[in-house]
Amino acid sequence: MIFMKERTLLKLYELMYRSRFMEETITRLWNDGHIYGEMHLGIGEEAIIAGVLSHLIPGDAIATDHRGTPPFVMRGVDLEALLLEILGHPKGLCLGMGGHMHLFSQELLLTSSGIVGSSGPSAVGFALAAKYRKTNNIAVAFFGEGSMNQGMLLESLNLAAAMSLPVLFVCKDNNWAITTQSSEVTGGVLLDRVRGFGIEAREIDGSDVTTVWQAVETAIPRMRKSTKSPYFIQANCTHNEGHFLGDPLLRFHRAPRKEFGAVTGPLMKSVLQYKGGRIDKRIRSVTKVLSLIAKSRMQLSDSKDPLLRFEKDNRDLEDQFTQIKSSIQSETNLLVERIMGIIQEEGVL
Amino acid sequence: MRTMEFAEAIESALKQAMSENPDIFLLGEDLHTLRVNLLAQFGKERVQSTPISESAFLGAGVSAAMAGLRPIVEIMLVDFIGVAADALLNHAAKVHAFSGGKWSVPLVVRASCGGGYGDGGQHEQSLWGWLAHIPGINVVVPSNPADAGNLLLSAIEADHPVIYLEHKLLADYWLDYMGTGGRENVTFDIPEAGAKGEVPNKWQPLPIGEAKILREGSDLTMISLGVSVHRCIEAAAILTNEDISTEIIDLRWVSPLDTSCIINSVSKTHRVIVVDEDYLRFGLSGEIAAIVAEEINSKFQFGRVCTDFTIPFNRNLEDNILPNVNRILDVARAFTYE
Repeated sequence: MIFMKERTLLKLYELMYRSRFMEETITRLWNDGHIYGEMHLGIGEEAIIAGVLSHLIPGDAIATDHRGTPPFVMRGVDLEALLLEILGHPKGLCLGMGGHMHLFSQELLLTSSGIVGSSGPSAVGFALAAKYRKTNNIAVAFFGEGSMNQGMLLESLNLAAAMSLPVLFVCKDNNWAITTQSSEVTGGVLLDRVRGFGIEAREIDGSDVTTVWQAVETAIPRMRKSTKSPYFIQANCTHNEGHFLGDPLLRFHRAPRKEFGAVTGPLMKSVLQYKGGRIDKRIRSVTKVLSLIAKSRMQLSDSKDPLLRFEKDNRDLEDQFTQIKSSIQSETNLLVERIMGIIQEEGVL
Repeated sequence: MRTMEFAEAIESALKQAMSENPDIFLLGEDLHTLRVNLLAQFGKERVQSTPISESAFLGAGVSAAMAGLRPIVEIMLVDFIGVAADALLNHAAKVHAFSGGKWSVPLVVRASCGGGYGDGGQHEQSLWGWLAHIPGINVVVPSNPADAGNLLLSAIEADHPVIYLEHKLLADYWLDYMGTGGRENVTFDIPEAGAKGEVPNKWQPLPIGEAKILREGSDLTMISLGVSVHRCIEAAAILTNEDISTEIIDLRWVSPLDTSCIINSVSKTHRVIVVDEDYLRFGLSGEIAAIVAEEINSKFQFGRVCTDFTIPFNRNLEDNILPNVNRILDVARAFTYE
C-alpha cells in the first residue's frame, strides 16, 4: 500500500460512510412502505464512487445510472432535498417528479437515468461542452458491466476516443445484470474491447477505495490537460442487495420457504408436461436455474464490502472512524426525524 | 371454463402455442427467470436469454421472422423500446411494403407497460399510440385474462409484426418485481376483473382489430383499453345513478383500430370520451376524434382523459396524471344531456 495522508483516508471514509448510512436509512424507509416502486442501491459501490469523486473539481459533470444515490450524496447535494426526493415529496430535489432513479442537479452537473447504458452518451456530451468552452473540466460516466453490451455505450466509447474528449468511463462490475450473469452473455474480454477503441483501460479492485483513488489520481490530471483523451476503469464490486431491494434470486436465500413454495409447483408442472422439449433438455434447464439461484448467494457475502475492507486495512484509525460514524448517524437520524415530521404533519406525501 | 390470473393466462397461451408450433421461440433479457416455467418445459433453444442489447436482439428478431421462424421478442418495459426503435420503425414495419408484399415479418414484440405503482416516468409509459403511428405494425393491449391469452394467439398467428403490451397493474409478477418488491405494506389500485377471471379451456385467436363492447348504453360512449377500461366501468356505474347510460368499448387493438365499432356506438350516443393512459397529444384520442369527425355527420360531444405530462414519481401526482375515475366523471358531467 502506498502512503496516503491520514486526512485523505478519513475524508474517503466519511464519504463512503455517509452514503452507506443514507442508503441503509433508505432501505428501512422502503421496507416500512414509505417509498413506492423499485429501489436500486449503490451499497457495495462506495469505494468506486468515493475514489473517483475525491479527484473531481467544481464544473466536472457526472452521469450516473439507476444507482444515483451514492454519487449524489458524495458530491454534496443537500441531503434533506435528496431524501425528500427519494420519498417522492413535492419539496424534494426534483419536486417529487424523479425519485431515486431520475435524480438531477443542474448546479452540480449531476444526472441519472434508468435506461441502461445511457450514462455513456450523457457524459460524452458534458465532456464535449467542457472542451468546446476550453475549460479543464472532465465528465464521468458510471455504469454497470451489463451496459457494456448496449450499443449506445459502445458508440460513446468510440465517440469519446475519436473526438478526444475527457470522459472517465467507470464500469462498476459485479457480474450480474439483474438475474443474468454477465459473463454468460458477453463475448470476449471487456478491457480488450475498450482498448480496441484506442482508449487506455485498466481493471482494478473496486472494493478497495485506496486502489480506486490511486488509479484515477494519475489518470484524471492527464485528462484535464490539452490532450483530452478518455480513460476507462473496470472496478469489481458486489451488491449485497442484488439488483434491487426484494431481488427475486436473493429471496430464495432470505425467505426460502415462501419462495420455493411459490415457484416449485408451476416449475415441476412445466417440467412434467406431456408436450415440450426432450426430457434431458428440460432437466438441464431446471438444473441451470437452480445453479443460478445457488450462485446468487455469493452476492450476500461481506468479503468485498468496501467499508469493512477499509476499516480492516486501517485499524489504527479505528477511533476516528467511530467518531465519524456516530456523527453521521446522528446527523442523518435527525434529518430523517425532521423529514418524517414534515410528512406526518402534511398527512400524505 | 377455468379461472386464471392475467400473467398465468399469457403463460398458458404461450405453452399451448409453443407446443403446437416448434418455430415459436422467445428471445429477451432475463428470460431464464422471467419465463422459467417455459424454459423448464421447452428447453433453452426456445427460451433464449440475451445480453442488454435491445437494438441487436430486436433487430435479429425481425430477420429471424423473415427467415420463417416465429420469434417472440421481449422488451422488458415498453419504455426501453426507445433503445431499439430502429428495428421496428425502419425494418419490421417496412420489409413487407419494400418487398412489394412478398416478404412478411411474423414477429411478436412483447413488453410490459403502464403505471400506477410509483416507478417514475422512464418505467411507466404506455407508448401504444406512438408505436401504432407507424404503418405496418399492429399494437394490442389486453385488459383481462381471457383476452390476454386469446389475443396473444392472434398476435402469434399474424403474418406481420404485432406489439403485445401487458399492463403491469394486471400482471402480478411485474408488480411484484417493480412495485412491491415482495413487501406487503404497499398497495395499488389493481382492477380485480382485469387481474383475474374466467378463461377458455383452449385458447382461441380473436380476429385482429376487433373491439369488444363491454357494456351497452345510449347516452355516452367511453372508448378505452388496458387498465383504463376498468376505470371506465367504475365511472359508468356511478353515472347510472345520475341517469346517464354509458356504453363502454374495450378497443383491445390500438392498431388496426375498430372504426366501425366506434362509429356505430357514437352514431347512437352522440357523446364520446376517450380514456387513454397514453399521452394526450398526437395520439389515440386525437385519432378517434378525427375518425368520428370524418364519419359522423350529426353533432357530437367529445372529451378525453389521458396522460398529459411526464409521469411523476410522487404517487398522488401520478394518480392524478394517469386517467382515474374522478377525471372521467368530470368530463362526463360536463357534457349536456337532454
